[in-house]
Amino acid sequence: MNDALDVALRLLVVFGVFLVLPLVIGQTEHKVMAHMQGRLGPMYAGGFHGWAQLVADGVKFAQKEDVVPAGADRRIFQLAPAVALLPYLLVLVAIPIGPGEGAVGEVVDAGLFFVLAVMGVGVLGSLMAGWASANKFSLLGGLRTAAQLLAYELPMLLAAASVAMAAGTVSLPGIVEAFEWWWLPWQIVGALVFFTAGLAELQRPPFDMPVADSEIIFGAYTEYTGLRFALFLLAEYAGIVVLCGLTTVLFLGGWQGPWGADGLGWVWTLLKTAVLAFVVIWLRVSYPRLREDQLQKLAWTTLVPLALAQIALTGIVKVAIQ
Amino acid sequence: MTLAAAAPYGFLSPTGVEVSFLLVGLVTFAAALVTVTTKQLVHAALWLVVALGGLAVEYLLLTAEFIAWVQVLIYVGSVVVLLLFGLMLTKAPIGRSPDADSGNRWAALTVAVAAAATLVWVVVDAFRTQWIDLDAPQGTTAVTGAMLFQHWVLPFEALSVLLLAALVGAIVLSRKADAKADAKADAGTGGAESPADAAGPADKERQR
Repeated sequence: MNDALDVALRLLVVFGVFLVLPLVIGQTEHKVMAHMQGRLGPMYAGGFHGWAQLVADGVKFAQKEDVVPAGADRRIFQLAPAVALLPYLLVLVAIPIGPGEGAVGEVVDAGLFFVLAVMGVGVLGSLMAGWASANKFSLLGGLRTAAQLLAYELPMLLAAASVAMAAGTVSLPGIVEAFEWWWLPWQIVGALVFFTAGLAELQRPPFDMPVADSEIIFGAYTEYTGLRFALFLLAEYAGIVVLCGLTTVLFLGGWQGPWGADGLGWVWTLLKTAVLAFVVIWLRVSYPRLREDQLQKLAWTTLVPLALAQIALTGIVKVAIQ
Repeated sequence: MTLAAAAPYGFLSPTGVEVSFLLVGLVTFAAALVTVTTKQLVHAALWLVVALGGLAVEYLLLTAEFIAWVQVLIYVGSVVVLLLFGLMLTKAPIGRSPDADSGNRWAALTVAVAAAATLVWVVVDAFRTQWIDLDAPQGTTAVTGAMLFQHWVLPFEALSVLLLAALVGAIVLSRKADAKADAKADAGTGGAESPADAAGPADKERQR
């Protein structure tokens, strides 16, 4: 009984984090983008700096009519948002935010493989949405999503493999345990490749060709309204949380910091994650969108060789220090 | 296969794991059947996701955790996406495709049944008396890695050479098509071919 309670509590906490953190990032995005562009952003809802804008947005989404196009494949159309969102919830279960058993939803032995595998599944949701909408813009968006995923999955895996080699384990808590400060310069190329490829997998700017609004409206999500549309948006923000959390755990040492790693380790994890999320928002405001051919070129001719070079470097240093 | 593996022990006092193994096996089998019988192309690909995911769950139940995640990563995450990509390129219609049928169905069925029978026979014959102790770590990354690089290192290396050959072959084939076909055609093959190539080295790297 105690075990069951323990598991239930952990899942409940992870679910709470899953519901709260993406909204926090969404709100931050409103404000950060507004400040960077020299405007106010939403200021009225709730009184203080428009803090209730997201709540209002949520109510608006919930009130909208849930439309399924006549020509669409009903069941797949309706299933797609869940397929897009759920993997991120599952990934969140395995990300450790502090040392010890208490600070991770569930310790997965091959945690690195688990998170990368499950993250890849989320894209199926976009593909299903793109195909089932019976809309040429959606189909184009779905195609671009698939092409982008296939191109960026490889460098992401290679970069993650490099850090697994360095740590000698594929368990996420194990990787953070093994982390030393000098890994930062050692693995910096891998970290950049991982973060960039992750951005591309989330279709965040500058890699938002699949949802490029000036060309194909909103890509695979064009036909969606109301709550289902909100779920896709939520998936994007949950994806940011997961990507930033993973980059923190793999490359930035997770809960390790200059001081206070024992008691306040989770603060370090959250802080690093928040800084990375800020960078994600920053990139959205400051970079123009990459064209489809530039996207593919960047992945195959820059990121893959860089990741392979990082693996070679990791191997050499690893052998040298042993 | 599921029945054969579980029957000698499972019928008298089936444990929870054995029962769930059987149930997941049934779901996987049903999904696989629908995959090959449905007339809606994209539905077939999505049912394949269910079948492959079911297999991953079976691996998990047999404590082969590492293999299970690799199964999800490579098959659900990459192969099915590639498949859907191909289907979308051919503008797979929504609804039934009346021509999604083959005159070879009986031949295919025969081959499939024969292959399944052979596999079941081999597996039953080889592992009938063997037991997995579900409590001891059997399929963790450390155990799998040690097995792979101590006992099975030669087949592993042979396999990577095979994959390399396939990779080079794919490049050669797509280049030939480039020279012959017009610009429109090679844009198509070029786009579809390169991700397929990537699966080769990716597979190898993931296992290393």
